[in-house]
Amino acid sequence: MARRPPSLLRRIVNYPLDWIEERSGLIGGVRYFLFRKVPHDTNWAHTLGSATLTAFIVQALTGAILAMYYRPDPGTAYESIQKITNELTLGWLVRGMHRWGASVFIILMFLHMGRVFLYGAYKYPRELNWVIGVLLLVLGLFEGLTGYLLPYDQTGYWATVVAININGTAPILGPFLVNLLNGGADFGPETLSRFYALHMLLVPGAIFALIGLHLYLVIRLGVSSPPWSDRPAGDAMPLPPPSRDGARAGLVRPGARRRVRS
Amino acid sequence: MEPHRPETPHTPPPSLWPVGFAVGVAVLLLGLIVGWGIVLLGALLTVGFGFLWVRDVVEGTPTAPAAPEPPPPQGIGAAPVPARQAEAALPAMDEEEIHRYPRNVFLEGATLGLGALIGGIVTVPALGFAVLPAFVDQEPQGSDLGPLENFPEGEWRVATFLEDPEHGEVSRRTAFVRHNGDLNGVPSFTIISNRCAHLGCPTQPQGSLNEEDSEEIEVEHGTVTLIPTNPSGFTCPCHGGAYSIEGNRTAGPPVRALDRYEFSIRDGHLWIGKAYSVGEVEGEGKDARIKKYHRFYPGEHVDGIQQILYPFPAPNL
Ligand code: HEM
Ligand code: FES
Repeated sequence: MARRPPSLLRRIVNYPLDWIEERSGLIGGVRYFLFRKVPHDTNWAHTLGSATLTAFIVQALTGAILAMYYRPDPGTAYESIQKITNELTLGWLVRGMHRWGASVFIILMFLHMGRVFLYGAYKYPRELNWVIGVLLLVLGLFEGLTGYLLPYDQTGYWATVVAININGTAPILGPFLVNLLNGGADFGPETLSRFYALHMLLVPGAIFALIGLHLYLVIRLGVSSPPWSDRPAGDAMPLPPPSRDGARAGLVRPGARRRVRS
Repeated sequence: MEPHRPETPHTPPPSLWPVGFAVGVAVLLLGLIVGWGIVLLGALLTVGFGFLWVRDVVEGTPTAPAAPEPPPPQGIGAAPVPARQAEAALPAMDEEEIHRYPRNVFLEGATLGLGALIGGIVTVPALGFAVLPAFVDQEPQGSDLGPLENFPEGEWRVATFLEDPEHGEVSRRTAFVRHNGDLNGVPSFTIISNRCAHLGCPTQPQGSLNEEDSEEIEVEHGTVTLIPTNPSGFTCPCHGGAYSIEGNRTAGPPVRALDRYEFSIRDGHLWIGKAYSVGEVEGEGKDARIKKYHRFYPGEHVDGIQQILYPFPAPNL
């Protein structure tokens, strides 16, 4: 049976994708990532990890945009935040997204962690991913702490003073931690720039790298099925054999709508 | 990319050693409060059980399979070698000599070694710069609170001043100042820091603040403000810490009395000096007897048994 040649539209879409795929294999990689097998009985709780990832990306983007207008200097920080909120076009929206998004991110992290815990998904061979997750949690909370100072209002200032001094009560190392966090013996101008650098460069960078590792392990090990599952982990819904019609590399999965239910 | 998933997990067998290890750590921490003997006992338990645990884990887990035996060397006079294995036909060279120090091992070592060296040269100073300035020159130089006349005998003033003029307004600190009258011919002052000894919130005088009579005094480095007040003690807005008029803790979570400042009189001006920590003040006013400690951070004990938790104050290099 002769195949009909793909339509012009398909070819227009597929040509650049094919071009990239042939030179990098990237499209295949994305395809592998998106269409990898997952257990047939995954449910909404399994989306909490991706939801957390989305929240982090929103934080990264809105944060980078806020940094275009924010001034990390004790004399001007508060003013610049007031300006972002009250004067600049749509500033209130982006700042609001970042501020509320921070809580959303942290709540989602806890929900995701709760799902992993309740499903026993931290067990062999996924222990390492749990450990990476704990690091992500700590770094996420540290983002919350460092970000809270940046508006430089009374709440942020005193909350930070108290938080730094709580660190100071740690046995033996406490006094050293205070100096490290303050950038000196007392709260000073160094504290703000130091928190700013941590908040927007160092910690997000580390989170980004750890998310990469986290997802690598998720893909390598596969997502675990729920504890009540009647099928072995990684057992996916059968797909029809890939048809060659359409792109060799296409992101559009040919025949996806013709999926057979078993 | 085929995930390697053997059927049997490589997890250590169940064992009770971790429990002993945890008990050891608990004893060690308890020892920090009770005494050094207990610390030693805890450390011994921790190390002992830790060792047993590690031994169990290592012995209970199968190690990687031994590397396969290398194929036997081709002897002289053996069957002719195919061209693909021509290296075996190279001029005879002692096996040992080839394996002793091949070039790739040298290059590998050189790359890693040089890489580590260059990495170290870059990272060590950067890390030093991130950490050290926070520990260098942290002693404030002292500040001028203005002429002595502004501090009538027996009265309290809430004074705010710049601790470090170079840092500007962010270094503005608040202290409660009282002129105690003369002691051995020199004026005596009680100067109490408003930094709560719990977690550092700003404590407030308990009593009316006479804001109308507040004064702003221009001194060499910045403005000093003085507000008259007549407190019966000091309280903290954050978690309800309360202090007596001498700064002794009377209620709430603070772990010691309020910090105090040293002072000096220069050219008829009152100068505030180094801050120091106080466990508890005995006596009042100019007759107060005070044991001075290095300035500790809020929440850290300066005396009593819990003081061993803070053996090293932050160094000032
Ligand atoms: C920045 C924060 C985090 C992001 C973006 C993130 C993202 C993800 C994603 C997308 C998955 C795939 C499966 C799913 O969605 O449930 C996943 C799985 C997993 N996560 Fe996270 N995660 C984060 C934090 C954490 C935390 C705090 C923990 C626990 C301490 C954790 C432990 C795990 C484990 C063990 C899995 C494997 C679960 C399975 O295979 O069923 N993650 N993560
Ligand atoms: S900071 Fe003063 S009582 Fe907690």
